Amino acid sequence: MGDKADVWQGTLALMVLKTIEALGPLHGYGIARRIEQTSGNLLALNYGTLYPALLKLEQEGAVASEWGVSENNRKAKFYKLTRAGRRQLAREARNWEQTTAILARFLAPTDGPA
Amino acid sequence: MKRLRGLLLRLSGAFRKQRREQDFAAEIESHLQLHIDDNLRAGMAPAEARRRAILTFGGIETTAQAYREQGTVPFLETLMQDLRFAARQLRKNLGFTVTAVLMLALGMCASVAIFAFVDAALIKPLPYPNPSRLVNVTESVPMFPRANLSYYDYLDWKKMNKVFSSMDVYTGMGYTLTTGTGVELVAGTRVSDGFFKTLGVAPILGRDFYAGEDLPSAPKTVIITYSTWQRRFGGRKDAIGQTIVLSGMPHTIIGVLPQSFQFAPRNNAEFWAALNTQNSCEKRRSCHNFNGVGRLKDGVTVQAALADTTAIAQQLERQYPDSNRGQGASVVPLSEVIVGDVRPILLTLLGGAALLLLIACVNVASLLLVRSESRRREIAVRGALGASPGRLMRQFVTEGVLLVAIASGLGITAAFSAMQLLMRLISKDMLARMPYLQGLGLNHRVLAFAACVALLAVLVFSLTPILRLSRSKLRDDLNEGSRGAGGTLWRRVGSNLVVLELAIAVVLLVGADLLGKSFYRLLHVDVGFQPDHLATFQIVVPESSYGKHTEAIALQRRIIAEISSLPGVKSAALSSQLPISGNGNTNWIRIAGRPYDGKHNEVNQRDVSSGYFTTLQAKLLQGRFFTDAEDESKPGVVVINQAFARKYFAGENPVGQHMGDTTLSPKSMVEIIGVVSDIREGTLDDDIWPTEYGPINQSPDTYLNLVARTSQDEESLLPTLTATIHRIDPGLATMGETTMMRNIEDSPAAYMHRSSAWLIGGFAALALLLSVVGLYGVVAYSVSQRTREIGVRMALGAQRAAVYRLILTEAGWLTGWGIASGLLCSIAAATLMRNLLFGTAAWDAATLSAVAAVLAMAALLASFIPARRAASVNPVDALRAE
Repeated sequence: MGDKADVWQGTLALMVLKTIEALGPLHGYGIARRIEQTSGNLLALNYGTLYPALLKLEQEGAVASEWGVSENNRKAKFYKLTRAGRRQLAREARNWEQTTAILARFLAPTDGPA
Repeated sequence: MKRLRGLLLRLSGAFRKQRREQDFAAEIESHLQLHIDDNLRAGMAPAEARRRAILTFGGIETTAQAYREQGTVPFLETLMQDLRFAARQLRKNLGFTVTAVLMLALGMCASVAIFAFVDAALIKPLPYPNPSRLVNVTESVPMFPRANLSYYDYLDWKKMNKVFSSMDVYTGMGYTLTTGTGVELVAGTRVSDGFFKTLGVAPILGRDFYAGEDLPSAPKTVIITYSTWQRRFGGRKDAIGQTIVLSGMPHTIIGVLPQSFQFAPRNNAEFWAALNTQNSCEKRRSCHNFNGVGRLKDGVTVQAALADTTAIAQQLERQYPDSNRGQGASVVPLSEVIVGDVRPILLTLLGGAALLLLIACVNVASLLLVRSESRRREIAVRGALGASPGRLMRQFVTEGVLLVAIASGLGITAAFSAMQLLMRLISKDMLARMPYLQGLGLNHRVLAFAACVALLAVLVFSLTPILRLSRSKLRDDLNEGSRGAGGTLWRRVGSNLVVLELAIAVVLLVGADLLGKSFYRLLHVDVGFQPDHLATFQIVVPESSYGKHTEAIALQRRIIAEISSLPGVKSAALSSQLPISGNGNTNWIRIAGRPYDGKHNEVNQRDVSSGYFTTLQAKLLQGRFFTDAEDESKPGVVVINQAFARKYFAGENPVGQHMGDTTLSPKSMVEIIGVVSDIREGTLDDDIWPTEYGPINQSPDTYLNLVARTSQDEESLLPTLTATIHRIDPGLATMGETTMMRNIEDSPAAYMHRSSAWLIGGFAALALLLSVVGLYGVVAYSVSQRTREIGVRMALGAQRAAVYRLILTEAGWLTGWGIASGLLCSIAAATLMRNLLFGTAAWDAATLSAVAAVLAMAALLASFIPARRAASVNPVDALRAE
């Protein structure tokens, strides 16, 4: 696991929101698996850490939850994006892109001192 | 917004803990199941599939904890736990809880209710903009530190001063209002044109007086109060411009004052007229009938204003030595004039309430201390199980908060009712004098005060057990059957608290007794006449029909004759002013045949009918009273009182002496024909002033006071008396129908003394009860702690008498210390409130010894009951106990 990156603060919520947006209503396990797969198995994610994050998003009104039945007939709690969640996702995604763009400029190879 | 929503959900989460936990457990279960299913599909063995699923999940308990903390506020969580536990504890000890809550609520109720009065009266008494800039401006003479202003002096002061942005005057006025059915006496005030502007009040309808509208040349105009507008004019807008007849003169209504308008010195006035006409007094510089109100310029202090006006007064004194000799100046904050009288009383009451609150708190703290002794084991066990000291302290704080919260709720509710009750007990006349009390209520200042008291109580109640906690040693407390040692702190602190309580009770009892005595002495002060069976009222004679002196004298004679001949009336008399209505209406005298330095010798001056002294049953000490025949055609005569004789004729016979005005003008000369006993002209607590009584037939007035001596109940005769006056002439208006006894009992002085005596008396009774209960609690607890010791003593041969002695000695020491320190404190307290005392010294020996005796008796009784229990202990049982 040594070469896997930890999930850093604040990005987990964004990943969760994006995942639910992409796949529609989904249970916690599904979200965790999807995040792992999307990261190309580069992220070390304790599935458990997902739940406090989901609860926080729910309290903030970004997602709503409901008990339902999974594809293989298991009872599971499904999370879906609310309208506020969509707005939050759009906003945070934009912020993130800005941040990475700025960082990218810093890290880009320079031509040496001018 | 998002954060707030989250926080709210988290807060509410604290209350739905159980369901959420179950829900989450199910969710984890389902998560693991889904993962295991996947792992199985990937070909793992069932055991391995489960192991991997749990491993990837990463610490179920940690997650659950993180989830829980996200779901609620951890602090709140434990708080709820503490609260539930505290409530359970308080419920378990219902006796303790009820006692503590009631005592605390009582203290809260008294202090909050009294503070509400203090708030209404002292913190914001003046409903005007920038009230602190308003001052009362008057002249000042040695006998009257706040005298009145004469009209011409006012004009000069107004012109010459450099300290007031505006200065105006007012004077009370009784008008007759001509209505469809006859005439009615109404209260009015005459003011200079800028009066309302100076106060900062504007009419809500119509206009204010314009500059110069108070000059004799201007048309007569009047502004009416809101209630008068509603009552007499139905609140119609067309009241403006209407003409009304006041004292026979048509006046035009030009404005209506706001509903909230109040002016305590003349609050019952309905009609506010511009000065306009000058009566005879206002044409003389030496006649003072106005009160001044000034608004200080920015940055000018009251002292500076006083210095400025004093300089003006001195200049006028040089300019007009005859009229202005000795006329100084007085400038005091207007609030001082309005609430100066009630301030010491309210502060005393607040002090009393605070002491009561203190007793209540001490009592509850002592109860808590006792309880913490008995909870020693519980605390020790919780400590041993890992509760941190902080956590244990929080428990005590929570219990204190809960206790205080319940007590505060009860106390504030009770305070609100008490305020309503007290307001209802204040008579309408008194309320008119204290309009600022209309602002009484549970406003934010009162609630803030209640919150402070509650906070303080919480502090005391949580500190007491915490103090106990910090001193205890866990191991000792855990020790089964450890005894004796635990009581030391309690004995050191708890029992001393009782000394404090008893001392406070002594202070309150002494205060109540002194105030009660003052009140009694005030009501029974020698008034110099027989006040019972006297009916009185005022008559206003229309000047239009009785302008000539002969007509007026004929009317006065007819009134006296017709009233005296009524069945049930023994005699009747007329006077220009009633006794006990106040000193004032003075005259400057000069005695003939003596050197005179121009100083103003000020004496009360009254015009009375010939039967006045016999009707009042005042004693003639020397000479004779005047007769009905001594009218303007006869030489001027005057009867003086004892104080007059003492002051101006010490060691001389006053009868036969002559006196007159400052210039001894021939028409002012009168002969002193008699000396009468000191009839109390001023208020009950005022000094007796030198007074001269002249025959009313020599200077008839249009404003008369009738006094009738009755042989039957004087109150029941009043309607017959007024009917007789109206039969003589329907144009005569009457008002102020009352009896002399009621005048005495309802006089402001008696009123203030009565209310403070009753309230402090009530506080003292409660304090006595609380402190005796406190003492009982302390002795009873001490006995219960010493049961074993007593058992040992008795087993070793101690007699029951010795046990009694043991317990009673302990109680006796506490009581003795309490009473002794209380007596010392009460002398100090009584000295502080000596202004409220009347005819009673601050160190009234009878009071002090009576209070000490009462408290000692009560204390003996309170300690006798537990002592008896101690003495009846069966040594065998006692030794086996614990």
